[in-house]
Amino acid sequence: MLLVLLLLPMCWAVEVKRPRGVSLTNHHFYDESKPFTCLDGSASVPFDQVNDDYCDCKDGSDEPGTAACPNGSFHCTNTGYKPLYISSRWVNDGVCDCCDGTDEYNSGIVCENTCKEKGRKERETLQQMAEVTREGFRLKKILIEDWKRAREEKQKKLTELQAGKKSLEDQVELLRTLKEEAEKPEKEAKDQHRKLWEEQLAASKAQREQELATSAFQELDDDMDGAVSVAELQTHPELDTDGDGALSEGEAQTLLGGDTQTDAASFSDRIWAAIRDKYRSEVLPTDLPSPSAPALTEPKEEQPLGPSQPAEEEDEEEEETEEEEGGEEGEDEDSQVPGEQPKETPPPVVPPQTVSPTEEDKMPPYDEQTQAFINAAQEARNKFEEAERSLKDVEESIRNLEQEISFDFGPNGEFAYLYSQCYELTTNEYVYRLCPFKLVSQKPKLGGSPTSLGTWGSWAGPDHDKFSAMKYEQGTGCWQGPNRSTTVRLLCGKETVVTSTTEPSRCEYLMELMTPAACPEPPPEPPASGNRDEL
Amino acid sequence: MDAAEKISVEDEAVDKKIFKDCSKIAFYRRQKQRLSKKSTYRALLDSVTEGKESTRFQIINEAAKVPLLAEVYGIEGNIFRLKINEEAPLKPRYEVPDVLTSKPSTVRLISCSGDTGSLVLANGKGDLKCHITANPFKIDLVSEEEVVMSINSLGQLYFEQLQIPPKQSRATKENEEDTSDDTTQENQEELGLWEEKFRNFVDVKDNGPASIGLDFSLHGFEHVYGIPQHAESHQLKNTSDGDAYRLYNLDVYGYKIHDKMGIYGSVPYLLAHKLGRTLGIFWLNASETLVEINTEPAVKYALTQMGPVAAKEKGRSQTDVHWMSESGIIDVFLLTGPTPSDVFKQYSYLTGTQAMPPLFSLGYHQCRWNYKDEHDVKAVDAGFDEHDIPYDVMWLDIEHTEGKRYFTWDKKRFPNPKRMQELLRSKKRKLVVISDPHIKIDPDYLVYAKAKEQGFFVRNHEGGDFEGVCWPGLSSYLDFTSPKVREWYSSLFAFSVYQGSTDILYIWNDMNEPSVFRGPELTMQKNAIHHGNWEHRELHNIYGFYQQMATAEGLIQRSKGKERPFVLTRSFFAGSQKYGAVWTGDNTAEWSYLKISIPMLLTLSVTGISFCGADVGGFIGNPEAELLVRWYQAGAYQPFFRGHATKNTKRREPWLFGEEHTRLIQEAIRERYALLPYWYSLFYSAHVASQPVMRPLWVEFPDELETFSVEDEYMLGSALLVHPVTEPKATVVDVFLPGSSEVWYDSKTFAHWEGACTVKIPVALDTIPVFQRGGSVVPIKTTIGRSTGCMTDSPYGLWVALSTKGSAVGEFYLDDGHSFQYLHQKQFLHRKFSFTSGVLINSCADKRGHYPSKCVVEQILVLGLKKHPSSVTSHSPDGKLDGFWITAQFLT
Repeated sequence: MLLVLLLLPMCWAVEVKRPRGVSLTNHHFYDESKPFTCLDGSASVPFDQVNDDYCDCKDGSDEPGTAACPNGSFHCTNTGYKPLYISSRWVNDGVCDCCDGTDEYNSGIVCENTCKEKGRKERETLQQMAEVTREGFRLKKILIEDWKRAREEKQKKLTELQAGKKSLEDQVELLRTLKEEAEKPEKEAKDQHRKLWEEQLAASKAQREQELATSAFQELDDDMDGAVSVAELQTHPELDTDGDGALSEGEAQTLLGGDTQTDAASFSDRIWAAIRDKYRSEVLPTDLPSPSAPALTEPKEEQPLGPSQPAEEEDEEEEETEEEEGGEEGEDEDSQVPGEQPKETPPPVVPPQTVSPTEEDKMPPYDEQTQAFINAAQEARNKFEEAERSLKDVEESIRNLEQEISFDFGPNGEFAYLYSQCYELTTNEYVYRLCPFKLVSQKPKLGGSPTSLGTWGSWAGPDHDKFSAMKYEQGTGCWQGPNRSTTVRLLCGKETVVTSTTEPSRCEYLMELMTPAACPEPPPEPPASGNRDEL
Repeated sequence: MDAAEKISVEDEAVDKKIFKDCSKIAFYRRQKQRLSKKSTYRALLDSVTEGKESTRFQIINEAAKVPLLAEVYGIEGNIFRLKINEEAPLKPRYEVPDVLTSKPSTVRLISCSGDTGSLVLANGKGDLKCHITANPFKIDLVSEEEVVMSINSLGQLYFEQLQIPPKQSRATKENEEDTSDDTTQENQEELGLWEEKFRNFVDVKDNGPASIGLDFSLHGFEHVYGIPQHAESHQLKNTSDGDAYRLYNLDVYGYKIHDKMGIYGSVPYLLAHKLGRTLGIFWLNASETLVEINTEPAVKYALTQMGPVAAKEKGRSQTDVHWMSESGIIDVFLLTGPTPSDVFKQYSYLTGTQAMPPLFSLGYHQCRWNYKDEHDVKAVDAGFDEHDIPYDVMWLDIEHTEGKRYFTWDKKRFPNPKRMQELLRSKKRKLVVISDPHIKIDPDYLVYAKAKEQGFFVRNHEGGDFEGVCWPGLSSYLDFTSPKVREWYSSLFAFSVYQGSTDILYIWNDMNEPSVFRGPELTMQKNAIHHGNWEHRELHNIYGFYQQMATAEGLIQRSKGKERPFVLTRSFFAGSQKYGAVWTGDNTAEWSYLKISIPMLLTLSVTGISFCGADVGGFIGNPEAELLVRWYQAGAYQPFFRGHATKNTKRREPWLFGEEHTRLIQEAIRERYALLPYWYSLFYSAHVASQPVMRPLWVEFPDELETFSVEDEYMLGSALLVHPVTEPKATVVDVFLPGSSEVWYDSKTFAHWEGACTVKIPVALDTIPVFQRGGSVVPIKTTIGRSTGCMTDSPYGLWVALSTKGSAVGEFYLDDGHSFQYLHQKQFLHRKFSFTSGVLINSCADKRGHYPSKCVVEQILVLGLKKHPSSVTSHSPDGKLDGFWITAQFLT
């Protein structure tokens, strides 16, 4: 820099004589009074072989101004713009590479000198960039401060929560004990109640059986002699046991337990049980209770779920969540506690319907005493569960806070503000949505469900500039291809906005996000006017 | 990602079941069944008439009763043509038009009847004869008293004469004897005479059975080549039962290798070679064709023979070639050689030579399905400059169009195609865009509406426009077999008609087998109707040929006849070389596909199609860096050099695989550009002298048996031997250097070897084993620019590799690289270099040509000098230096 400045007056005054394609800095290597030594020292040639369109030096340094060497460099001064080295193979190839056109001195084409224009544009751009960087960096400092504060607050809250958690835990334990204590008498009372009822049921069932046996006996006892004989039994061929469709004498006798007849008492005690399933009453229809009678029904505390119900509920649930997304913003904010993955809302608790069994065999309501026990236990349970829920909430808040506090938001936490935000970009076909540190998605503009382009993976900039890019991975799988993934490049800007989304390789997306957080510290003082390097 | 994928070939074509094997082809079954019954033909020699051009006679077989008409023609350049047709068919049978360049000049054959029952037709000099035996009918091709080929010696002549459809002919049919076995339902199904089923498709044949077949026995031949396109070895293999080489143009995504099924194009032309003679059989038929090959090696005969005379007589090897086609006539050209070079000339005399490509098309082409938008194109283009990798052509696949409507641009992605082309033009680069034969059915699409209105589409069996599914969805297919349709299609390329096109835009014809996604075997129904009421079955294999023809013509016309076209086609037929380049379709990014690219391209090359290539990197899948590098190295030495990748692959521009691999790819592409003067001269030789650019070793060393089966290396012209590395992690390759009197020089290390040996060449990842043959001069460019256009004025070098006798010769061709002025105004330079006794002479090889050039030869490399030269002088006649002169500096 200093050297260049010192040389300045001279340059303005006279054109420094130097071979074509040689930069000012190198011109002293090309002294026409001496043989030329290749810059790599590999050879030495008479000076008139410099730029004679034949390559002598391995490094191409003898032909900076011709295309003779495969590896030479041509220097364009580009006055008004930036100086530039181009491959010397591009000299006189009919393409204007230097804005001053000096690379095409013998190809028959005329290159316009565009350096001034380019320099002007470049300066404008640089100025704009500098302005953006300054402003961006100012904002970045605020962001850093904000995060520092927010982090402290969060830390404080975390400490509070951790303390609160302890007492909550104690309370949960206490309530658990109370609940268990209240449940003991409840269980005893309920068991007692059930036992009574079961006994009652059994008795009434036995009585019904007895009645059936008696009536069957009476039917069978055709001669009404108070005893059923083999012959009488044979009038009921459905009682056939060997499957030949008729009840033989022998079979009948076997049914009668080897006797030729039976009286009413032993009929109902021993024989009725064996034949009741096959026995067809002569008086039709009889309402014989089937032996596989319905299981005992009792009031249940939980709603029994029919097989089709869960599916319906899921549907409902989806609808509900969608609605939630659409409207209730207040809740949205709540549920989007930093660090929390959007959680599935638990299925709404359907109030237990009071079952109204239509059958007679319904357990009678609990007596007052039992019901009181139940109520007490239920209250204890509710209290316990409530406490447990609040503990879980606290634990989750702690987890989230810990996660957020320990998250790598850049060297000074400048990217933290992106944590709970989402940004969208609408293109011709899609709406792209970037929720930094969470996910990227793509949704067709004309409706349709969103496709995941990846969830947060890691910082993905090069080693020296790790925070210049983010990687989102494991998105929806591609047909015959990889899972979708997205790289987000972070660019310095005054505002936070997604500026472009492309898909350079199939299912590998590239997004650009402007953010003040990506603004580097501007040089201490903006350069005065014009850049001295750009002669 | 989008609708196209849902209807793409990808999900279907990988399934081989959707393509037929021989057992599913009715005419194959019929010929096999009938030939097993042996009913022989005999020639009625008393019917011989000698016309002005041909000698005609009838042949008849006992079963058929109705005689066939055979015609034998003598054609200039030692070619015989045999035509067999019905004497009076119910309606004309299809004879393939437009393939023969012009009506071949016939030479009068002198008939000298042999003994009774035979007829001898001789050419003027009497060194070539057709010896026709009457019963059983047979033709022997005799060259200098040696029978080199026999036709129908196995009695496989087969000809189904056209019949009246069964419903109309029921009454008359009763008394014909051989109909009885065709009548049962089962038999009808088996024979597929009037109807043939395949999967869900029913092919209703209004013309009924019409297939033909004939056998050729090649005496003393064990090596046959040609009949592309198959993903198979260069030397044709024996076919087992039911596994014939199939010629039927099909869109086979990710085709299986080492398979005889038909893929994108067909050239029904077979070459046979033995020590001392090369022959060609050109079977001019565009319907589905099967070729069976059976080689009996010599040993097998010799061992069974007793006496030495008998052994000599019978001990000859023989290759039998059996051609079968579904329809048309027998029209076969016998190319008698005797050298490979003669056969190439004979074949190109019939079908034309390789079109002279514009110079840019010999550079590197960068393609991908798809460069997304103008911005993407700009970035990729800049990438090449940034990494200092030369390239000439940017390609755009189907996504550049508005909904796959060819001749349009997607306005969102490519809002300003002219601006994009100006960017490319500023670097002297070009653009190629795709144009397929299917036209989206959309009344608002002008191309469709116009074609529809004028009845330019192929029609279906019922008479309406044929409709099939392809990229745009439901589409109709232009009937390129009609001259009117071709003329109209050509006119669409006019700059005023093709919006957004400029003179640096060239064309790529894809899917022109034609590919029809839901059609039988992914192609068009055979009973679709073309111009002249011909069924698709008659001309299926030539459909793609016609599209490329019309496209090339369109590009010529848009420049008012001044500029050479460039058109790449996937489907092709005999003669496609006249219209541009061909590539091997949808290959896969696997080492085996890199390896098979060499025999596949050699086969195309010997059948006239010199401008051929395989997608570098493999179209399907993601190549590892090593494979990609090796593929670039191989591709740099193959005629058409294009990197291409399908839609669901990762990006693979040359600089995306790390610095080291970028450098290796850059190096390979630069080698290509350095050799461009040689490539261009070779293409000129293909263009004017019919010699393939890429040559199997047997072509250059026809007297060396060991070369006949080599397919892992080849010659580029006659000077360079290339042995690409096609194995992963290779550290050494075995290179066979042919020719006992030859000397070979490693093109990089200049190490040299005597010929007729196999040498182990150590290879690193940057090694491309290339050897220069002693006795040759190879012109090169000493400086590489960013595109061929940027290298016009850059200097030349000469690689002079001396033979064992200390001499070398070579040629060099130069013209403006893009126009027809070389042809019409003789604006070209054709020089000859010869080095003898320490003097390199640069002389004119063609005095007709003149072309001013600023170029100099700045470097001459002489390999194999016995002594270090003490001094070097240059001399020019009259002290006047012509446009092309030498500033000599010897490097040894």
